[in-house]
Amino acid sequence: MDNIAGKKSGLSWAVNLSVALLVMLWLFPTAGLFVSSFRTADQISSNGWWQSLFVSEQNVVLRSADPDDEGVQLLVDGVYTVQGNLYGEAGKSEILVWGTTSREIDTYTAGETADLGDGETITVQANGDYVWTGTTEMTGRGQRVFATAATPPEFTFENYRNMLFDESNVEGMAKAFFNTLTVTIPATIIPIMIAAFAAYALAWMDFPGRAILVAIVVGLLVVPLQLALIPLLRLHLGIGIGKGYLGVWLAHTGFGLPLAIYLLRNYMVGLPRDIIENAKVDGATDFQIFTKIILPLSFPALASFAIFQFLWTWNDLLVAKVFLIDSTGETTVMTNQIVELLGTRGGNWEILATAAFVSISVPLVVFFAMQKYLVRGLLAGSVK
Amino acid sequence: MHPALLGLFTIVVGVSGCIGYFYFSNQFLDKVLFPAKGANAGRNINRANMVRPWIFLFPAMLALGLYLVYPVFATLWYSLIDRDQGNAFIGLDNYRQMFGEEKFWEAMKNNLLWLIIVPAFSTAFGLLAAQLTDRIRWGNFAKSLIFMPMAISFVGAAVIFKLIYDTRPVDSNQIGFLNAVWLQFHGGSGSFLILRLVPAALLACFVAAVGYIGYNLSRSIFERSHVKKSPIALIGSAGLVALCVVGAFLALRSIVGVFGFEFPYGVPQTWLTIPLWNSILLMVVLVWIQTGFAMVILSAALRGVPEETIEAAIVDGANPFQVFFKIKMPQIAGTIVVVWTTITLTVLKVFDIVYAMTNGQWQTQVLANYMFEKLFRANDWGVGSAAAIIIMLMVSPILVWNVWNVRKEMR
Repeated sequence: MDNIAGKKSGLSWAVNLSVALLVMLWLFPTAGLFVSSFRTADQISSNGWWQSLFVSEQNVVLRSADPDDEGVQLLVDGVYTVQGNLYGEAGKSEILVWGTTSREIDTYTAGETADLGDGETITVQANGDYVWTGTTEMTGRGQRVFATAATPPEFTFENYRNMLFDESNVEGMAKAFFNTLTVTIPATIIPIMIAAFAAYALAWMDFPGRAILVAIVVGLLVVPLQLALIPLLRLHLGIGIGKGYLGVWLAHTGFGLPLAIYLLRNYMVGLPRDIIENAKVDGATDFQIFTKIILPLSFPALASFAIFQFLWTWNDLLVAKVFLIDSTGETTVMTNQIVELLGTRGGNWEILATAAFVSISVPLVVFFAMQKYLVRGLLAGSVK
Repeated sequence: MHPALLGLFTIVVGVSGCIGYFYFSNQFLDKVLFPAKGANAGRNINRANMVRPWIFLFPAMLALGLYLVYPVFATLWYSLIDRDQGNAFIGLDNYRQMFGEEKFWEAMKNNLLWLIIVPAFSTAFGLLAAQLTDRIRWGNFAKSLIFMPMAISFVGAAVIFKLIYDTRPVDSNQIGFLNAVWLQFHGGSGSFLILRLVPAALLACFVAAVGYIGYNLSRSIFERSHVKKSPIALIGSAGLVALCVVGAFLALRSIVGVFGFEFPYGVPQTWLTIPLWNSILLMVVLVWIQTGFAMVILSAALRGVPEETIEAAIVDGANPFQVFFKIKMPQIAGTIVVVWTTITLTVLKVFDIVYAMTNGQWQTQVLANYMFEKLFRANDWGVGSAAAIIIMLMVSPILVWNVWNVRKEMR
């Protein structure tokens, strides 16, 4: 009875393999962004990020120092000599084969000497060091070397320094990061307070019209917030709130309430009736029951909703665009900043990848830290 | 004031305001309005208990009414008036104007495509992932990795996938993964296998599945049974059969197309500018995000399937496929519907992905982005509101269904 209830079957290796494939497929896109955010602009545009994890072989064109420059050309033992490193400094890449014309790029291996004619020779070492000699004084531009070089993986924190800690960078994310935080935290906490009281009333107080109110909340759960944009913007402009933090907090509170009430009510209904009735018999008022008993017991549901609301407000673009960001752009949030960068710096992946990863790193941390509550909330929140 | 300080201030004021409101209104009710002492103590307690729910509900109802109920009606009203004519009532003129626009129909067509493809693939992948991960030791770890995109914003996902779809000129290294893969194909036998035979086989599977479902459905329509069927159910299944026929026909035509199509081998493609394919590539982003959601819900449902039913089936000689499709699937059908409708709601409101990746260019427009463009770029509130109402209309069947279910449950 080894295979009862699908516990184990002979195909378990196939299952393991397909799950591994699926997981890799799902991780691959994010990994690309993550890796790219640690590469320089040159590296990103020279090859794909998946190649950056391994030693890459590239064909490059390098040039020696210009012999006409002051002090470059030295006369050593009657031989005019120019020497230095093709990369400027040694140790970055390893030259495997090289040549001196674009047609023959693999004539010589590292350490060999090429005859350039007219008594000139050049020797190139694996680390890029070269010695270029001539019997007469050399003129013109530096000698070109066509090389196939092996570059080891190399990563840098420069992008993050540039996007987060460089105050002169107008495209930086630091300001947008704090703006997002400013939007998110009040917009997460305030609806919880309001919803918790309402959910308690809907779960444990008896009054006419309760069922209809629950039905209305469920209906409002699916109303697209697109409908609310124009009327509410007009309302905000009309009563003097205008575009700003207060408006976006209020909007997020309003849009988050149906889910909050629904989640909390479903959870509170499931709390044991005895506790509440005992407290009532002992003379507790509804307010005391709520704050002393229901609220502490409902912590898992509160946490679930808090995570939902946090992720949703942090990741939101539409509400911020309509209710918060005015023409000065002082209050831009990260999602909006990224969209603007997509427009202006579409090809600069080192900027885009870093900006995007700064923005998604906080939700990812929250996600992995509080996944239990998120899953619980999802299971409770999807209308059965 | 510095925004962060303002934020802290708002938290303090908001939270203490809420607590203060609830505390003092309750105090007022119990001590001043209906004190539980004196001659009318009993009656006063009852009265206080009748009023109290509304004190608890008032802030929430106010916020909901102002931020969700009022806008629905206001938007409906805006869609019927013209701002340029001093808010004059113009009946359905905004709708007429909108229906005359090509972009609107493009958005509608794309939205329908999104509505079919995204929920179908998210649910299917979610079901597959749930079924597979439940059977292995590191299943929970795998699940949390597949679930992870749920935490990533649509904008972040747009950047992630734009990198995958990136295009570089012919002679330079491709840094977009899709193009790097694409350039591996040169038109040889491998290309024939992967680009023609495999898609054709998948489409054939699809035709077979749709045909099977359609056949069973049509049999159940014509079959005489002692259970009387409701006419609504009959019409519903007839519609599904028609949908199956259309789907099978389209798939068959695509099979022919797959073999006849001339692939531009060796040329890097700018994926987001190829009509139809670009829409599908945008949908991939949402499928990637929503699969985790489907997986979590469905995996909980699969665990809820009673062991006895599965054991009984195995004892009766059912193979794993039969166990899955004939025992588990029917028992989680309700959950599948819930997942499907929830993803449908997300799809109907999809805005960020299209806005960030193509902004509706190259025939990728969807309703939500169309509406945003009308409202804030063309400044045409009438047509923008009309588009919003269309979205609302598309959502309302789900709304009604949800409300109906909840009312049934509460009874």
